[in-house]
This record gives sequence, C-alpha cells and structure tokens, in this order.
Amino acid sequence: MGTQVSEVMSQWLNSAPQWMLNLPKGLSEFCYKIFKCFIFDDRYMMFVRGLGNTLVITFFALLIGIALGVLVSLVRVTWDKNGLEMRRGPNKFFLWIANFLCKIYLAIIRGTPVVVQILIYYFVIMTSSDKLMTAIVAFGVNSGAYVAEIMRSGIMSIDIGQNEAGRSLGFGYVSTMRYIILPQAFKNVLPALANEFIVLLKETAVAGYIGLADLAYAGSIVGGNTYEYLIPLVFGVALVYLVLVMFFTWLVGKLERRLRASER
Amino acid sequence: MNDNTLISVKDLKKYYKGETIKALDGVCAEIHKGEVVVVIGPSGSGKSTFLRCLNLLEIPTGGHILFNGTDITDEKTDINFHRQKMGMVFQHFNLFPHMTVLKNMTIGPIRILGKSKAEAEAQAMALLKRVGLEERAAAYPSQLSGGQKQRIAIVRALCMNPDVMLFDEPTSALDPEMVGEVLDVMKQLAREGMTMVVVTHEMGFAREVGSRVIFMDEGKIVEENPPSALFDNPQSDRLKSFLKKVL
Repeated sequence: MGTQVSEVMSQWLNSAPQWMLNLPKGLSEFCYKIFKCFIFDDRYMMFVRGLGNTLVITFFALLIGIALGVLVSLVRVTWDKNGLEMRRGPNKFFLWIANFLCKIYLAIIRGTPVVVQILIYYFVIMTSSDKLMTAIVAFGVNSGAYVAEIMRSGIMSIDIGQNEAGRSLGFGYVSTMRYIILPQAFKNVLPALANEFIVLLKETAVAGYIGLADLAYAGSIVGGNTYEYLIPLVFGVALVYLVLVMFFTWLVGKLERRLRASER
Repeated sequence: MNDNTLISVKDLKKYYKGETIKALDGVCAEIHKGEVVVVIGPSGSGKSTFLRCLNLLEIPTGGHILFNGTDITDEKTDINFHRQKMGMVFQHFNLFPHMTVLKNMTIGPIRILGKSKAEAEAQAMALLKRVGLEERAAAYPSQLSGGQKQRIAIVRALCMNPDVMLFDEPTSALDPEMVGEVLDVMKQLAREGMTMVVVTHEMGFAREVGSRVIFMDEGKIVEENPPSALFDNPQSDRLKSFLKKVL
C-alpha cells in the first residue's frame, strides 16, 4: 500500500501545474485528493460507467414501470367501476382474476423493501441473467406498483361526466379511456409521476447490493481504494445525483406547463 | 309502432339497491321523428333517469327500448353504434377540457365516423358559425362562459349527425342571463326538424317549442299531452299542484 501512495504522490508532483502546488496547504491538499480520486488510474471512468449504468437502469425500469403501471391501474379501475355490474360470464371472470392478481402484485411489491426484492431476483429468480438485466426488471416491476396507484388515483379524479360524454358520442370504453380519460389523468398525476421517477433514479443506488457497478457503487469502491470518502461520495456521487434530479425536475416542470396550457 | 316512430320505450324499469328504490317503474313512451318531447316533473321523479336510459348511460333493470327498430336493451346490440345516432347534452356540459373547441367537435367524427380532418373541421366550423362561436374555435373550454360551453356541447353532439338529441337539464347549471342563448339554439334546432327529448324546468320552452309534454312523478308517466292541453287543462291532482308551484 505504501508504494501505491507514493506512486500517486509522485505522479501528482510530476503532473500538477506549479501554481496548484503553491496554493495554501489546505487547498493544495484538496486538489491532490481530487487528483487521487478522479484522475489517477482513470478513476473517473468508474463514475462515468457507474452513471451510465444508473441511467440505463432508470430509463428501462421507467418504461417497464409505466407500461406495467398503466396496465394494472386500468384493470383495477375497470373492475372497481364496472365489475359488480357486469353480467356473469367469462369476461367478468377474467376481469375478476386479473384484478385479483393485480392486488396481489401491489401487496407484495409495496409490502417488501426493494433491496430485498432485487436480492431475490438476483439469487433466486433470475440467476442466469446478467446484473444489469436483473436490476432493470427488479426496479421496473417495483416502480410499476407505485405508478399503478398513481395512475389509478389520476383516473379516478376525472369527473364521471367525461366518461359519459365520450360514451354518448359513441366511443367505446377503451377509446374513451385512450382519448378522453387517460390524457387528463396523466396531466393531473404528472407531478406525482415525476416524484416517482426521481425516487426510482435514487433508489437504483441499492443495485450495489448485487455487485452492480452503478454510480453509488463507484463512490464506495473509490472510497475504499483511496481511503478518501468525502470527495468521491460527495462530489462524485451525491452532487451528480443532485444535479440529475434538479435537471429532471426542471424538464418535468416544462412539460407540465405545456400540458397546462389548456387551463389558462 | 308506425314508420314515424324513432324511439319506442316499453315498460322501462330502473331499480337501485335491489328493488328498494324505483327510479323508473314501468315507463312506456314513443318518440316520433321531428317531435320535440319535453319531460317535466319534480326532482327525483325519474325524468333524468328516463333520458339517460334512452342511450343506455343507465342500464335499465327491465323493459325494452327500440331505436330505429332495433332493441338496444338486447345485450347483443352494439350500443356504441346506436349512441352515435343519439346526441346527448348534459347539465354540466362535459366538454373535454384538454382539447380546443374544434378538437372537441371533431374527435368523434374523425375517430368514430372515420372522416378526414379537413372534412370534420369544415363541418364543425359551419356549425360553430350557426351558433355564433366561430371565433372561439381555438379556445379551450375553460376560457368559455357557461352559455358558450353549452352551445359548444350542443354542436359537438350535432357533429355526429344524430337522429335524435337528448337534453338533460341543459340550462340548469347556467347563470340566468345565459339561459336564453342556449334555448335559442335549441329552438332553432327544433324549427329545423330535429327530433329532441328535453328534460327541463323551463316551462316557457316546453310550452313554446314542445310538440308533446310528458309529466313524470315517482318513476311513472302521470300525464302526456300537447303543451297547451297539459299546461292549461291539467287532469291529475299531482300535475295541478306541480304546475301551481312552478308557474
């Protein structure tokens, strides 16, 4: 270990510009630590790859989550609104089964920690898949449950008259949902969905539990290698998450304002 | 049932909570082409339920509704197809708030009737012109007054070229000064020969435009007559006391 420290130090002394070395002791030391954690041995690449994995997991998990969430919410809403009035028959039976399965799904996903879920996927269910795929599925399926409840509240918030107006024009149940109810529901729940997205983005940090090198994992590895924890964790990890979240919040705000155009 | 009959209602029943609440209790009625049938009655008399059963927004508990000769209460009937031919106007307008006025009016013709966008918009603009709202085509519903919203709701239904228009208390949610503009549109529609079923508290409208007035109470039709006979010479005590209160 001693040789490595001296190797870092000698590289630092060789490559750092003179003015940096001449800074007051505290600042100069800070620059050295930055060099050690990010530049030396191309350690920044760990953060870059980690960030890449974090974004890939978040993106695909988001897609799965929204697809699953919309589907589950539609089953739940359709059953709650029409189930009891439906005629006996195969349709009612299938809807009842689907609604029952959705309820079980929601109970299990919302009732267990996501860390436990991803460990179960990795060690029990998806043992032959690679870590990235495991994480995408785990976080996607997890997020779907929360998106489902958000979408359900959005659909239920739409006045019954909207449904009646759509049906009275001759739209079927599905078309009314698609053209009239869902666009309005989506607009109403956009802030909640954005919140779920941000939670998802940050939640992927537990992917390190299965040894997946995401952004947070990179921070802890570099910390372990350098015995410097403050700089990789605060500047390499926390700050990056913060900037990402702020960026997406801004982006969603823009979308929200565009969708709200009809209310002005 | 003669050739002129558009809707024929037979022994229509609508019960809630088992049989404890009888919103409709054996209603029989016929609506002929070109007629303006006005349905009046105290609140809770079942007149709105009756209207909403006509296009199956409420599923009747019993009885039959024949529309253009087809029994639409039959479970095998494609109700979506028949609803295209029955325009409906609601008390609370129910415009689609996320669409412009023009989009509100064209989404049905485009998505259901398969019209081209240009064709649907040309028809919508012509209808907007008729109700004097062509300059609001690009507005969103939230930017309109109540009377404007209801006029848009009427022409939205007309865009589907319906055989009959159902009005469910179209002026009840309006400021008094906006009632006139909506009634004017409805009168114009009646003059053009549109078949209309109107649930309303506007006795003036019933008297002036109605070809027939139906008085309902407790889920039943109590009296059914041309307006002059019904208003000037009521038969039943129930109608007499109702008219005393509202006129």
